[in-house]
Amino acid sequence: MNTRTTTIETPAGPAEPMVLNMGPQHPSTHGVLRVILELDGEIVLKAKPVIGYLHTGIEKSCESKTYSQCITLTDRIDYLAPLSNNLGFCLAAERLIGIEVPKRAQYIRVLLTELTRITSHLVWLGTHAIDLGAMSVFLYTFREREEIMKIYEHVSGQRMMTSYFRIGGLALEPPPDWLDRVRRVVESLPGHIDEYEDLLTQNRIWMARTKGVGYLSPEDAIAMGVSGPLLRASGVAYDIRKVFPYSSYDEFDFKVQTQTAGDCYARYQVRIAEIRESIKIIRQAMEKIPSEGPFRAEVPGIIPPSREEMKTSIEGLIYHFKIFTEGFAAPPGEVYQAIESPRGELGVFMASDGSAKPYRVKFRTPSFVNLQSLPKLCEGRLIADVVACIGTTDIVLGEVDR
Amino acid sequence: MESQEVGKNSVVQKLKDWDAKAVAEVIEFRGETTVVVPQSHLVRTAEYLAAEPTLHFTFLSDITTVDRFPIEPRFELNYELLSLERQQRLRLRVRVPGSEASAPSVTSVWPTANWHERENFDLFGIRFQGHPDLTRILLPDEWEGHPLRKDYPVEGFR
Repeated sequence: MNTRTTTIETPAGPAEPMVLNMGPQHPSTHGVLRVILELDGEIVLKAKPVIGYLHTGIEKSCESKTYSQCITLTDRIDYLAPLSNNLGFCLAAERLIGIEVPKRAQYIRVLLTELTRITSHLVWLGTHAIDLGAMSVFLYTFREREEIMKIYEHVSGQRMMTSYFRIGGLALEPPPDWLDRVRRVVESLPGHIDEYEDLLTQNRIWMARTKGVGYLSPEDAIAMGVSGPLLRASGVAYDIRKVFPYSSYDEFDFKVQTQTAGDCYARYQVRIAEIRESIKIIRQAMEKIPSEGPFRAEVPGIIPPSREEMKTSIEGLIYHFKIFTEGFAAPPGEVYQAIESPRGELGVFMASDGSAKPYRVKFRTPSFVNLQSLPKLCEGRLIADVVACIGTTDIVLGEVDR
Repeated sequence: MESQEVGKNSVVQKLKDWDAKAVAEVIEFRGETTVVVPQSHLVRTAEYLAAEPTLHFTFLSDITTVDRFPIEPRFELNYELLSLERQQRLRLRVRVPGSEASAPSVTSVWPTANWHERENFDLFGIRFQGHPDLTRILLPDEWEGHPLRKDYPVEGFR
């Protein structure tokens, strides 16, 4: 038997790093993220995210629309959590004008935004697992998500682009049996989350792919402006629902979920725990929501009058006509309203010059800021970990590029 | 509520005690405090606010520009600061003239300012002195003009 030996000739001289372009059509980048990787073999030396492929100029469009017209645009920023965006914009406008929203509307808002947090985390869990090779989780999470989407459709008429929150309250009275549907989902959900945890939490491959991967220290996280589950997985208990409560969150009993490991596995644990906390909040909200009461504030000239009033009173008719043709004037000034969206701090900066259109609207989106920490997460690690790190930052490219 | 008010004003008072020149104007609106800082004092003030142990404004949430065209100074830069320890927000504002649209970079104080400043450069054309990589971030590199300026038409240049 002949034994052949092969020797590999390597060109003399220093090895040069290879530049690899990942995206913008790479499936694991969840949209149109492009990352330029500088590699030494399998090791990532440098990662540079390139964004802007989905820039649609929403902030510029807002300047030529009335305050109420902007709400439909906010759905399209983070298309996995449209109700959170609606809420951020409406709260900013309400603060600017100085409107108090009825308690009933506030509780309904809390319930629906917590459902949004659950759907968003479910999409994250499914796609993150599929990136790392666990196919079945995706099918389960989308099954549960679909049930919640049906609630959105039942309440607002739309599955995704809900535009259900309006300045001063809600768009319309929710249908009478909607809480039964919510109850059904909330009853079955904890069992389903146990199922996902059975598949992943002690799964050896899952742990090997996520434990110790993408470490972010609390100091780095704060310096990079990271917020949301990413920050809490690094041990910083910053949750806007607790620190700067809005929409009566201070009346609800829930815990801020934190982990100290700061790696991909810790972020997974934080998000799973947050789904469970959201269920707790939804249960409390179902108790609190009164069956009767106004679903939006009464401010003549700013909040549209009810259908009944519009048809029976002359003032109602005039206000209705004026609000829908020329909008309303907001007092001049600037406000910054932040809410805890599923991804972190969603801030809306709104400047008014006293006219019917916002002079400037800025959406401080959590995905944009959190993505900035991606090089910190994956530099010095393997290419395969880049996919885990992108998944775990939970970015939505619509929100990054706006 | 009252204790919050006291807490807020104490930040402004601390700033004034530290350097009265750093506070050009204080604006209160809807319970939010805005401190207008002269451009030349921005980085010093930022360093003080972030490092002073009793203030601890270590978290920069956002940098936003408002274009007041045709009023001069045309641009207002708003820095949304957050102190996690004090659970308090503060807005710094710097006014930038249109003739020389540039401001000092605060990336040395808050690394997160990197992308925020790139965005403001991209959409408003404000040059941040001392920024490590001041390139466009949302628009293509060859784009002409800065779309969020008020003299840039909504439908774009045809």
